[in-house]
Amino acid sequence: MRKFREAIIEKAILLNGFACILFVILIFIFLAKDGLTLFKTIRVQDFLFGQIWSPLAEPPQFGILPLFLGSLVVTLGATVISVPLGMACAIFIGEIAPRWMREILKAGVELLAAIPSIVIGFIGMAMLGPVVKNLFHLPTGLTALTGSIALAFMAIPTMVSIMEDAITSVPRTYKEGSLALGATHWQTIYRVIIPAASSGIVAAIMLGIGRVIGETMAVMMLTGNASVMPETILAPVRTLTATIAAEMGETVRGSEHYFSLFAIGLVLFGITFLINFFADMARHRKKK
Amino acid sequence: MKLKSQTKQKIAFALLGLAAVIVIVPVALILMILIKRGLPAISWQFLTEMPRMGMRAGGIFPAIMGTLCLVACAISVALPLGVLTAIYLVEYARKNWWTRMIEIAIVNLAGVPSVVYGLFGLGLFVIFFHFGSSILAGALTLAIMELPVIITSSKEALMSVPRSFREASLALGVSKWETIRCVVLPNALPGILTGSILGVSRTAGETAPILFTVAAFYLPRLPQSIFDQCMALPYHLYVLSTQVPNVKPALQYGTALVLVGMVFSLNLVAIIVRAHIRSKKQW
Repeated sequence: MRKFREAIIEKAILLNGFACILFVILIFIFLAKDGLTLFKTIRVQDFLFGQIWSPLAEPPQFGILPLFLGSLVVTLGATVISVPLGMACAIFIGEIAPRWMREILKAGVELLAAIPSIVIGFIGMAMLGPVVKNLFHLPTGLTALTGSIALAFMAIPTMVSIMEDAITSVPRTYKEGSLALGATHWQTIYRVIIPAASSGIVAAIMLGIGRVIGETMAVMMLTGNASVMPETILAPVRTLTATIAAEMGETVRGSEHYFSLFAIGLVLFGITFLINFFADMARHRKKK
Repeated sequence: MKLKSQTKQKIAFALLGLAAVIVIVPVALILMILIKRGLPAISWQFLTEMPRMGMRAGGIFPAIMGTLCLVACAISVALPLGVLTAIYLVEYARKNWWTRMIEIAIVNLAGVPSVVYGLFGLGLFVIFFHFGSSILAGALTLAIMELPVIITSSKEALMSVPRSFREASLALGVSKWETIRCVVLPNALPGILTGSILGVSRTAGETAPILFTVAAFYLPRLPQSIFDQCMALPYHLYVLSTQVPNVKPALQYGTALVLVGMVFSLNLVAIIVRAHIRSKKQW
């Protein structure tokens, strides 16, 4: 009787373990079900490479290239800002800062991670936008750059915590060996510790980028929402995520417009799936 | 030469320190601005009254209650699911292909953009299951979203329970499940709670997943059942700051401060619980 109960419980828990796989598959199915319907009427290449996104025009045009480039510009901008800052911060926390300062910095980074995206967007609109506007003499402060700066600060906590993990898990003997040979602490850091932690650092960067691509509310409020081909980083753009969030409320269920937003969701799901998959591979390679 | 590398080190460390300052200063700035401009708006009326005059006056009571409802419903679904999955991965799973698949699935769930969760919730819960735009649909969407956070932290909590505890229990003839239930889980509980609170705090601030699944633009009454729409704090802040013209800034900052206050106090509870376990741990 007891064995029987144990077996049942084990099976139930096993089933539970599969729930996560089920959810990933369900997400894919429900995005694909509606997203792929679009391609009954729109050609795939017109969707992926079309240069005009104007779903309400007559005839409507569903080219996501400007949106994709918008996401790309904002993501690249955020990456350029966040990678050096995040890495420096992680090295400082992991290697240099005295204990009390480390605790303060870590708490600060955790707080930054905890601020909801909508609040970052709100404060960014009120504070960061005007600064960008005046600094570059622009007609509007809501540009790709504004979004990039805000997103960089949303990606940094993810990067810092994973990088710091990677840096502190470098065996102490490496560091001691290098110091014993007469290298300075800084030489040890960039010649020994960073190379040894590199796969963890790569994973951290990728996960940070994944976070940036998927970010929605802050980016919708800060990038100015103009679905045109971005020409400079100081122009308003619109990202893939913001398009879904901004337009879903206005669509008619079952219309081409509605399906096209699911198709964008499918594209986003694909992008983040790949990024996370490779980031996870990089992290696991480290552990071996 | 020796001096040169010493100077280099000093410059490098100064730059690294500067970077750390650049990361931390905005956090402090954001908090200061929120407190300075938001605090004057917060009063008992603000917290307990319905919004009036197209949200340009009155309080944010229904938004607070809506967020609390969503968070409570989401966690009551996600917690059992997440903890059981973690138990499977730590206690039962063998190192094989399936286990790796589950781990990859968890990593990917954590990486799916929040707005894609919104689409998924719309497709599955609102339309396919006919829940309509409701607390149930929104909470289930949020639950799936916070699942990876809960699983990851529960896994860590379970793994930190020493093997010898399990072995001692098994050697006394206790079955595997009872060992887990009576020995492993109670010891891992504080860690699990910490993780879940962090998961909760994340969902409390999320806007994109509830946009199409539950959030009501303006609904000055409390939800009656889980099949009702409701207002939510993050969405209310979005509406106040972008959709409604001529809102007093104090109202916006007040709403933002309440939201951040809620999220931070949840985080603070988690940090205190964590510190408490660390100090009590004897192994």
